[in-house]
Amino acid sequence: MRRTGGRVALLTLVAGGFAFLYLPLIVLVLFSFNASKLVSVWGGWSVKWYGELLRNEQVLMAAWLSIKIAVINATGATLLGTMAGLALARFGRFGGRLLFTGLIAAPLVMPDVIIGISLLLTFVSMEQLIGWPAGRGVDTILIAHITFSTAFVAVVVQARAGGLDRSIEEAAMDLGARPLTAFLLVTLPMLAPALASGWLLAFTLSLDDLVIASFASGPGSSTLPMVIFSKVRLGVTPEINALATLLIGAVALAAGGATWVQIRRMSRG
Amino acid sequence: MAAVSEGRRPFWLSGRGVVTGIPYLWLFVFFLVPFAIVFRISLSEPMIAQPPYSPLFGADGGYQGSFFNYELLFDDALYRAGYLNSLWVAGCATLVTLLIGYPMAYAIARAGALARNLLLMAVMLPFWSSFLLRVYALKTLMADTGLVNALLLSLGVIDSPIRMLQTDFALYVGISYTYLPFMILPLYATLERLDWSLVEAAEDLGCRPWKAFLLITLPLSIPGIIAGAMLVFIPATGEFVIPNLLGASDTLMVGRMLWDTFFNERDWTLASALAVVLLLFLVLPIMLFQVVQQRRGATS
Repeated sequence: MRRTGGRVALLTLVAGGFAFLYLPLIVLVLFSFNASKLVSVWGGWSVKWYGELLRNEQVLMAAWLSIKIAVINATGATLLGTMAGLALARFGRFGGRLLFTGLIAAPLVMPDVIIGISLLLTFVSMEQLIGWPAGRGVDTILIAHITFSTAFVAVVVQARAGGLDRSIEEAAMDLGARPLTAFLLVTLPMLAPALASGWLLAFTLSLDDLVIASFASGPGSSTLPMVIFSKVRLGVTPEINALATLLIGAVALAAGGATWVQIRRMSRG
Repeated sequence: MAAVSEGRRPFWLSGRGVVTGIPYLWLFVFFLVPFAIVFRISLSEPMIAQPPYSPLFGADGGYQGSFFNYELLFDDALYRAGYLNSLWVAGCATLVTLLIGYPMAYAIARAGALARNLLLMAVMLPFWSSFLLRVYALKTLMADTGLVNALLLSLGVIDSPIRMLQTDFALYVGISYTYLPFMILPLYATLERLDWSLVEAAEDLGCRPWKAFLLITLPLSIPGIIAGAMLVFIPATGEFVIPNLLGASDTLMVGRMLWDTFFNERDWTLASALAVVLLLFLVLPIMLFQVVQQRRGATS
């Protein structure tokens, strides 16, 4: 009796938790198809806000800029983060390891405003000292994004590399493969899932960042979150619902696909 | 074998040294050095110039930094209240997040392999979708004319809309909602690795499930609780977006004060001092987080 009671209580709490996570998103998606301009009044089904969205030049340009930045950031952060993750998982003790570990852990928790202001002041100081970067724009946003995304990729890669069976690499090297060849042919394919999720994580983080991009950007380089933020501050606009639905849909598709692959792999054993 | 051939060269000149050195250098230049620069600028005084702060050394080479900005921060009750309120709001929201997140992490860790994967994905999914849009979704729901009020009004529970936006309640809901996955994931990682035979042994020996939970599961999951709490508490303390969109217009939180000082008042030196003091408040929790991370890395 006691056990089932506990079970029901736990299930209720879990269901409540998931409802809390999903209800706002579901309402958002539903109301993106609302004909009425008011968020609480249902005015029948309509896709007119999607049409409005597609005609909004400012949003489209910002979205395109954000996607470009996110792709370059994800690639750069995956390169740097993979190196850092491997160093932490594989290279044992080296001079300065403690500081290195701190440099990987700190960006994970550091408040955005602190990262943002410190990078902007650094860019200004660098410009005074060496004349670069001249002003702020896409390049400074990229540097800022790569800086904080690298840490996230490093953690993902470190976790995966720490769990890998090293004997396969050692076997390859015993059979005459040079360390670099063994790394490219053996280690890298085994790391591939971590690289993929690290890349996606860095992509999402960049696409999502408002605060750091606001500090690092200059005139003429407004990213999508910056445009959304200024719209949301002025009031609720239904076309943002449409935009959110498209983004949520894309994420759901990617995540659903990834889960499906994982489940199939598991059921195959 | 590779270790032998590379052992002759010093670490930083070997292939491994280069692999470590590139990200090290990047983070050093763009993450560590910036804090030094913020500290340096916080010692200057604001002036109308490009850049808008006084040089640290005068024309005669004499040091002319001052603690002017820090004195300003400590003399002004508004800033003191801002720091205290940030810590209080972040602390309360972290507690709420823990209370919601723990049962979820527990259930996921004890679920079957298939259900576990699906539930984990369900936790991650909102995390992958935009943070800003999730805050916006809450804003629509909690507005005076929002769905929650509309529902309660039509059910006759209330006669006039409850004011939820621009209150501390909205702030707590906002932080708990957006940071919930950060609490669940480390908790899950710890609970999943837990030796459940200890709990079974306790129950076999006549311990009631609740008591077994309090005496065994909860103490063993403390590293996960600390990691999750830090992942929520530290960023929440400096949060800018949530207080700005959901909180009252006069909500005192450092993240927001820093933003306003920098962008609206354009006082770079005072904003730097605000950041330095906030960082000092967070150094202890961040170090605690790092220790927990390392211990988890060492045991895995």
